[in-house]
Amino acid sequence: MATDGLAIGSGAGFSGDRTDAAGPVVATLVSRGGPAALIFETLAERTLALAQIARRQDPATGYEPQLDRFVGPVLKACVEHRIPIVGNFGAANPRAAAARLQALGRERGLPRLRVGIVEGDDLSDERGRALLREYLPPGLAARELVSANVYQGAKVIADALRAGADVVVTGRVADPSLAVGPAMAHYGWQETDWNQLGRATMAGHLLECGAQVTGGYFADPGFKDVPDLHAVGFPIAEIARDGSFVVTKAERTGGLVDARTVKEQLLYEVHDPAAYLTPDVVADISQAEVSELGRDRVAVSGVRGHPRPATLKVNACFDGGWLGEAEISYAGPNAEARARLAAEVVRRRLGDALRPRFDLIGVLSVFADDAGRALAAASPGDARDVRLRVAAAHADRGQIERLLAEVTALYTCGPAGGGGVRTSVRSRLSTVSCLVPRERVPARFEILE
Amino acid sequence: MLRVPLHRIAHGRTGDKGNRSNISVIAYRPELYPLLVEQVTEARVAELFRDRRPSAVRRYLLPKLAAMNFVIDDVLDGGVNDSLNLDTHGKALAFRLLDLEVTVPLALAALLERDRNPADS
Repeated sequence: MATDGLAIGSGAGFSGDRTDAAGPVVATLVSRGGPAALIFETLAERTLALAQIARRQDPATGYEPQLDRFVGPVLKACVEHRIPIVGNFGAANPRAAAARLQALGRERGLPRLRVGIVEGDDLSDERGRALLREYLPPGLAARELVSANVYQGAKVIADALRAGADVVVTGRVADPSLAVGPAMAHYGWQETDWNQLGRATMAGHLLECGAQVTGGYFADPGFKDVPDLHAVGFPIAEIARDGSFVVTKAERTGGLVDARTVKEQLLYEVHDPAAYLTPDVVADISQAEVSELGRDRVAVSGVRGHPRPATLKVNACFDGGWLGEAEISYAGPNAEARARLAAEVVRRRLGDALRPRFDLIGVLSVFADDAGRALAAASPGDARDVRLRVAAAHADRGQIERLLAEVTALYTCGPAGGGGVRTSVRSRLSTVSCLVPRERVPARFEILE
Repeated sequence: MLRVPLHRIAHGRTGDKGNRSNISVIAYRPELYPLLVEQVTEARVAELFRDRRPSAVRRYLLPKLAAMNFVIDDVLDGGVNDSLNLDTHGKALAFRLLDLEVTVPLALAALLERDRNPADS
């Protein structure tokens, strides 16, 4: 069905993603011939707040630090083959990212790039803050706001593409909208074509985490084996005019696309399967089906769409104080007992002022809770290679430094044989969400030529 | 009857939004899906995660995918920005659920996933 459809490839699924993944995707889109687009999703919650902090320190920054490495290798091929690129790599500064993209084009001898800049998501200015005061829980106003962004949708991306953008750079948009935008522009869908939008949204949902649908984050040796995971290829969705789609991946890469990989990613970060909310549509996968058409080709059908929500989600990040972590290892006979004693020493030294979390890595760690209920309930065993981790958060950095000092002092004052102390302090961010009527936070775009 | 970890008949993945975790549980074989529906219940999942004090556990059924989606509220100690856990997202939690014991009739034993990794058989 989809060989004459629109092919949308994924070049990245998060800010820390592999920078050599987009190359084989673009090569596949080019050899395939038909209409295509390439999307980059590089903006987790925390990423945007960090970008906002960077921008305050240097107004020329605040966009994706890896922009050159993500886009540089594929920019020439994309422009020459009319494959538009859409990315939220603008982060807290889409204008600076646009200028950098134009420079990348110049360096590659391309004609002046037309870059669509999508704005309106940033609510951290005075006007945005005033608006947020109406919708955020009271009491937050006094805290230091680091960033606030509304999740924008596909329409403004589609508008920028229709206006002739080679590249569209956004700040915060709903991740699936990165793919819905090119599909809207290509097929001329209206904002009320709910079924088409719902289907394209799930295509975007499957693409937005990069390799998570092509065998990344999937392998479980002996149960779910993945060929050449070290060279996992990134996904491509072939979207038909009615929005139905086939998921495949870049040619001559590792990984796999089958019913299992698609099902896992279809439900990833989904709550009610009948109501997956985005700014564009309420997508409904309660009746969805997947079918394997051939090697690395899976069709997704039965997705429906319902009218979009009247509100848009806003994420606001506030200063969250300090996080301190410190670790020390115990190994050999009676190691677990020595690690447990070390935890007890730290607990008694700190007293009531700071109540940290303790992990016994090698015994019980990531499955346990911050309050220590799971660890308290676990009967002591005889683990022979145990790493004690102590972690705490506090508004006062001095309290955190005290924690690190106590763990460090275990070298000479703690149980026998402790080694390998590592400590770190990091600033924390805390996030609060609220819903804002969409008409109060309009999206806008302009073309930088 | 055979008692086996859920891992032998299903796979899954964790996702997180704020302080809410969702875990998919997907039958490797559709024939075993009714067994999942019968045995992997909201009550058992709530009990499994009781030390994290979930405020709600909801199960959504997707029979056409032979899958279930569990949505577990308030189990991430505040979520990615606030938790002190090394795994602030709770990404490992799917494998905690996949360790849940299920009972499989002997007649269906041939449908169990065989561990082809001898080190773990």
